[in-house]
Amino acid sequence: MAYDAIIIGSGLSGLAAGIRLAMFNKKVCIVEKHTVLGGLNSFYVRKNRTFDVGLHAMTNFTPKGVRNSPLGKLLKQLRFSHDDFRLCQQHMSEIRFPEHVLRFTNDFEFFRQEVADQFPKEIDGFNKLVEKILSFDELNLNDNETLGSRPILESFIKDPVLIDMLNCPLMYYGNAREGDMDFYQFVIMFKSIFVEGFAKPVGGMHYILNLLEEKFKQLGGELRMGSGVTSINAEKGSVESVTLESGEQLAAESVISSMGYIETLNHCSPSLKETDECETGKVSFMESLCVVDREPRDLGYDKSIVFFSTQPRFDYKVPNEMINVSTGVLCCSNNFNYPEPMKEGLIRLTNLANFAQWDALPRKDYIQAKKNWRNQALESLFTFFPDFRDNVVFLDSFTPKTIKKYTGHINGAVYGSPEKIKNGKTPVKNLYICGTDQGFLGIIGATLSGISMANLHLLR
Amino acid sequence: MTIDEVRQIILNILEDIAPDEDISSIDDNTKLRDQIDLDSMDFLDIVMELRKRFNIEVPEKDYEHLATLAGCISYLQPLLKDRLAAS
Ligand SMILES: Cc1cc2nc3c(=O)[nH]c(=O)nc-3n(C[C@H](O)[C@H](O)[C@H](O)COP(=O)(O)OP(=O)(O)OC[C@H]3O[C@@H](n4cnc5c(N)ncnc54)[C@H](O)[C@@H]3O)c2cc1C
Repeated sequence: MAYDAIIIGSGLSGLAAGIRLAMFNKKVCIVEKHTVLGGLNSFYVRKNRTFDVGLHAMTNFTPKGVRNSPLGKLLKQLRFSHDDFRLCQQHMSEIRFPEHVLRFTNDFEFFRQEVADQFPKEIDGFNKLVEKILSFDELNLNDNETLGSRPILESFIKDPVLIDMLNCPLMYYGNAREGDMDFYQFVIMFKSIFVEGFAKPVGGMHYILNLLEEKFKQLGGELRMGSGVTSINAEKGSVESVTLESGEQLAAESVISSMGYIETLNHCSPSLKETDECETGKVSFMESLCVVDREPRDLGYDKSIVFFSTQPRFDYKVPNEMINVSTGVLCCSNNFNYPEPMKEGLIRLTNLANFAQWDALPRKDYIQAKKNWRNQALESLFTFFPDFRDNVVFLDSFTPKTIKKYTGHINGAVYGSPEKIKNGKTPVKNLYICGTDQGFLGIIGATLSGISMANLHLLR
Repeated sequence: MTIDEVRQIILNILEDIAPDEDISSIDDNTKLRDQIDLDSMDFLDIVMELRKRFNIEVPEKDYEHLATLAGCISYLQPLLKDRLAAS
């Protein structure tokens, strides 16, 4: 009773791949290690509150009726209507540096004007850069040439602060590499954040994941939770089966894995020599969720998302300390156009973090370190933004160690390895990867990755 | 199957593929992609739906016949004429 396909992981990419395959009558099973769906973009419950793990905002917002955008394609391919996702747009977001603030909305012309106002000398170069971005084919799966984006940006823009400010949101929301960003990735992120924009679904990730799960099951797909794969059995260069933690073996014609590229190769038996040559990702985050007793806007937080640096220059890299408190991302879930206000105020703060240091702490010190570093992060934040400590009713934080524990990604690397495998192929013939390490990142990206890998390798 | 039944089958497929589209106003002789914004991924879905529902394989060289609704009907009707319309 072999499956046509086994999909490893019930994150967004795995669920999307599963839906596509089940839609065309493939016998497909998704196996998930965790007991909850979603992977990097899941949710958890604490003191009767449900928190999203990954979701600040969905990028790539385009309105109903736009069908050739990534969101439009995703909806069509998974056969959802735009209304099904219940997306509510952002109010306004900003990039805040000591000397400049650039605000943006889901209307790109507003952002263009902000750049013109804040950096009048740079607007011509910026406009030329935008032209280059809009005509760039970032989705070419066969193009393996990697160009750094900084030299390209410098050829259009002289002021390094503007370059840093443009990079800041794009890196936080989708750069697996420290320092610079691959140019195609810069283009993907620029379009998804500045040209398209932010929205959030009513009901959060919980709602979207349920929607995907329901569709997958309606189409006849099988989902096995709490079923981690311990080995991918590929004797003669092709997969025959996977072994689960329970010892059970499931036979399959093909396997699509969303664990990550190296993580996938590490599970192959016999082991593969290619594993040693791969670069592991290092970029991870600590995030603190602060429930407050009123609307964030009444505390002086009126933006949807804020990408900030308290220093004049922004450096995207793994900090030498546990976390980097001088820069981060602030997300106020309340500041999206929901039909009804949320029950409570929620402010999330994200900072770059060092996996190795978090991982090395013994349990007792770990709990204490979370508190200490959260306090330091907030203190640094309050040098730049209003203090809301007196209004906090609940606090929780998670670290790179948490991310590793629940998703299996090496180093808790949220965006996986800096080297992407765009065509999804592995050294094993009928084993493919999708999601994070294939190269489409974020919620919309991962979902599209699952769709396109299923189409490319199993449906054509 | 009659021509009308074949037409309805194609409309059903389009309705499934593009849930946000109004397909009631589709003109038979204008290119589908100009009316409802279909891209190559969607054409693949039409082809795969035909395979799934009727076991019909449309080879890539024949995709051009699927450009308009009228084209779809005249390409598919001979292949489907001996079948009964599914309920
Ligand atoms: C704190 C944080 C904030 C984020 N914010 C945003 C945001 O605001 N907007 C946005 O668009 N994106 C955001 N992201 C990124 C987004 O969550 C990810 O890019 C996306 O969810 C990746 O999906 P995936 O399917 O590729 O991987 P994953 O979600 O990691 O899926 C992999 C799955 O495989 C499972 N697995 C691993 N090993 C095994 C095994 N051996 N056997 C079985 N199953 C296994 C894992 O448990 C997991 O469920 C954020 C991520 C984090 C962590």
